[in-house]
Amino acid sequence: MEIKILGTGCPKCKTLERLTREVVEQNGIDATVTKVEDIYQIMKYGVMTTPALVVDEKVVIKGRIPSSDEIRQVLTKAI
Amino acid sequence: MRNIKNAIWLPLAFLPIWFLIYHNLQPVTDWIIDTALGITKGTHLTEALRFFIFEFPKVMLLLTLIIFVVGIIRTYFTPEKTRKALEGKKTFTGNVMAATLGIVTPFCSCSAIPLFLGFVESGVPLGVTFSFLIAAPMINEVAIILLFGMFGWKVAAIYVGTGLAIAILAGWVIGLLKLEKWVEPWVYQTHIGDSELEEDKLTFVKRINLGYDAVKEIVGKVWIYVALGILVGAGAHGYVPEEFMAALMGKSAWYSIPLSVLIGIPLYSNAAGIVPIVSVLIEKGASLGTALAFMMSVIGLSLPEMIILRKVLKLPLILTFIGVVGTGIMIVGYLFNYIF
Repeated sequence: MEIKILGTGCPKCKTLERLTREVVEQNGIDATVTKVEDIYQIMKYGVMTTPALVVDEKVVIKGRIPSSDEIRQVLTKAI
Repeated sequence: MRNIKNAIWLPLAFLPIWFLIYHNLQPVTDWIIDTALGITKGTHLTEALRFFIFEFPKVMLLLTLIIFVVGIIRTYFTPEKTRKALEGKKTFTGNVMAATLGIVTPFCSCSAIPLFLGFVESGVPLGVTFSFLIAAPMINEVAIILLFGMFGWKVAAIYVGTGLAIAILAGWVIGLLKLEKWVEPWVYQTHIGDSELEEDKLTFVKRINLGYDAVKEIVGKVWIYVALGILVGAGAHGYVPEEFMAALMGKSAWYSIPLSVLIGIPLYSNAAGIVPIVSVLIEKGASLGTALAFMMSVIGLSLPEMIILRKVLKLPLILTFIGVVGTGIMIVGYLFNYIF
């Protein structure tokens, strides 16, 4: 699975990245997590509010920081 | 995940308790000060303490309830929907709509760039986009609540009304000036992908949970500023002489309005910290117009946001933006000094 965190570097984006990495690690999910900070790349996904969570090129959460629980649900559903 | 029933009934059950506490704050405060602690009435320290013990819980109660409600309402207004509503709108009508939507659409200055790109890209006129970008940070729900709590509904309404007027007119003027040439060229070349609106699928329970999240996030962040602001207010309440600010920020000092606006631009405080300070300024002799201008400049024109926007806007456009909004704020300041 390919997970991307879209964010221009605001504190919220960093929190989302940290939470996502934690969830991936704790649940032993086989995934790569990358942070996308380039605004051109971010706009390709059509999000207007950061941070956003992208799983396999699909935007699943945007504009807010979800709870760890929600991230886990989203990720396990995508497997 | 919270239980569905709890999500709806819990807040409803809390509402009467909320009102009970809110309406009994003054007697409870007096009881704590006069009976439980038994300190002498009328001294500076006692009155400063009374001010803090009453104001702080009052403002926190207001904040919690209203942020919760606003948090739920905001789940219905996503930037995507706002953009759709503004697409192809004529100027002026578009400016009015953009400024109004700017109040309710969730906005964080770190999202200013993607939002700007998204709007401009889908054909929202530059001036209309600016109306949104001006209103969204300047008309802040925390500021509205605090002004309501500390000055009453009239001042809160004046703040919203004048803030809207500034956002509408400033955006309209920027539109008339045809400044598209000062937008970085790459903005118009960016291709924006489509993304589904997951927000459409939100259940009501999910929206309520997002309301809780908003309370946790906003109240959790601003309570310390509220406490500090009211503490400063309480201190000034008893100790700083009345009319202390009159010479500097009073009506007679005409230069105080432009000065307040200038000082306000680099000062970057959130609304929660600035409103209690403004209340001290007014109590100590600053005029309403000057204090309002200062507050709007601090929240509405922020240096960090300008630096972020520099990525998409050339410097002359940023300076025009500051100039037009700053002038609007000054007009509001003079107007209120003249009326009141």
